[in-house]
Amino acid sequence: MSDAAQIQAIVKDFVLAEFLEGEDPSELKDDTELVTTGILDSLATLKLVTYIEEQFEVEIDADEADETHLNTLADIVRLIQSKR
Amino acid sequence: MTSVADDLHGYLEAAARATPDAIAVEEAGDAKRSYRELDQLSDRVRDRLVATGVRPGDRVGLCLPKSIDTLAILYGILKCGAAYVPTDATAPMARAGLILADCGVRAAFVETSLHDELARHMHEQGGDAPLFRIDTPGGGLGLERTLGELDGASPAPVVPTHRAAPDDLAYILYTSGSTGRPKGVMLSHANATHFVEWCSDLLEPTPADRFSSHAPFHFDLSILDLYTPARHGACVVIVPEDVGKEPGPLAELIARKALTIWYSAPSILGLLARQGELDRRDYASLRFVLFAGEVFPVVQLRSLKALWQGPRYVNLYGPTETNVCTAHEIPETVPEDRTTPYPIGRVCHHLEGRIVDPAGTPVARGEEGELCIAGPNVMQGYWNLPERTAAGFLVTEDGRRWYRTGDIVTEDDDGVLTYVGRRDRMIKKRGYRIELGEIESCLYTHPEVVEAATVAIEDDEGNLRVRAHLATKDGGRLSLIALKRFCAERLPLYMVPDLFRFHASLPKTSTDKVDYQALLREPD
Repeated sequence: MSDAAQIQAIVKDFVLAEFLEGEDPSELKDDTELVTTGILDSLATLKLVTYIEEQFEVEIDADEADETHLNTLADIVRLIQSKR
Repeated sequence: MTSVADDLHGYLEAAARATPDAIAVEEAGDAKRSYRELDQLSDRVRDRLVATGVRPGDRVGLCLPKSIDTLAILYGILKCGAAYVPTDATAPMARAGLILADCGVRAAFVETSLHDELARHMHEQGGDAPLFRIDTPGGGLGLERTLGELDGASPAPVVPTHRAAPDDLAYILYTSGSTGRPKGVMLSHANATHFVEWCSDLLEPTPADRFSSHAPFHFDLSILDLYTPARHGACVVIVPEDVGKEPGPLAELIARKALTIWYSAPSILGLLARQGELDRRDYASLRFVLFAGEVFPVVQLRSLKALWQGPRYVNLYGPTETNVCTAHEIPETVPEDRTTPYPIGRVCHHLEGRIVDPAGTPVARGEEGELCIAGPNVMQGYWNLPERTAAGFLVTEDGRRWYRTGDIVTEDDDGVLTYVGRRDRMIKKRGYRIELGEIESCLYTHPEVVEAATVAIEDDEGNLRVRAHLATKDGGRLSLIALKRFCAERLPLYMVPDLFRFHASLPKTSTDKVDYQALLREPD
């Protein structure tokens, strides 16, 4: 598995378990909008950022915890990769 | 305190005469306008609206992001003697279209990118008012371009400013309605000016003060933000809606702009304390931190006070129908072991409160009852809803109208009120007022849904979550992602349920109504 695919899988599992309990995993696609559909609100975003920081040992700046950087799984993977 | 004006736009005109070069408004960047400039720009809006046929007593709508342009338009509308109707430019346009058609606006201002969709929804609802397009509002420049183009085609003659009578409507603010349709709260110039005078007594502003404008203009918090500084020739700093949600950039803006008076819902203050790195910058200019709209969890309040030690903290309470009607100053030290939220405080000195039982009879001191408010802040009624308006008031034998807040409170021996809960199914989430019934109405429009009920639950940290319980046609589950998207296309994001549960059919009470108590008892 490539680095990106591995990151994607870990983040996807977390989002499904924390915020989309019971969802069919195939519904959560790479480009599913998370922030602009309300799947991630500000508290959920905070949780996700904390998880990413611990899991991947990266630091997310406060001004990156937003719609531009975290709206889709693809965005999140890009953000994490840019830190490593 | 003697007031400088009898109507809201009189504050702007008085400041423009007294201190024409003082800065009235700033945006997050460098854009700013003096009192003279803001006054003149709003005169041009007035002239254009009158040339379009707007007359005293009319309504004029807005669907624009917060900006200097938008503020100038608010004043221009007031100067015509019309009432402004702000709508949420970030919510689905179906909602804005419904609101503007409902109150029969004579004209509206809309950001160009939203124009076509808003126009379509207004027409569907039977609205046909002319819409003025503003390209990229900001700094007042977008508005000036629009006015310039219109003047180029046909100049608008200069007309006098209309002086409002105390009971003339100044604005209509739409709030969530339990039947699925938002309802318009009608507020007059006297409602607003009496409130601004009360704010003046509390804050004792000077021309050196710099107020935050964090809340959107369709929120009643904006009345304090926009008109209290104008009343004193002070400055308001407009916080863009995206920056307002992000603790990092917001913390930077509060320090850079040297704000002196902050006002918002508690939730963003909680995020600032946790994520804003407030110890990294200088916030010495802050004099007041005001919050309203929901309960501030004590844990978060304590950590904020530890980071911002200078300002005074005041908990303000009041529904849109009365604006702020009680206030409670937080003591200097929040004890380490305190977990119960602070009271909502005493009734403001220019208002009267009474706590009643379901029959409308005052309860004994210390007992729970519904808070009712009388006095000059209290709304005129709901737009076009005489029955809802009548049901919203308790009329006493002396003929006084008391607004029934729907909030259950207790009063201690010193007249300090403590919030206990709601009488009905309205909740406050992140400062937003939500009728759970409105979310249910939306869920019922989903083709697969046969039963829908929503409840509000608290998570471990005291944050409110909305949980939707659904029964579907085939008895199965629906994709949560698809459901969230469905709701987000029809409701503002803050109304989209956080959690969903699926049932073969919803639990019922003995009278065959949805058993909300049973739903509330379901574990997370």
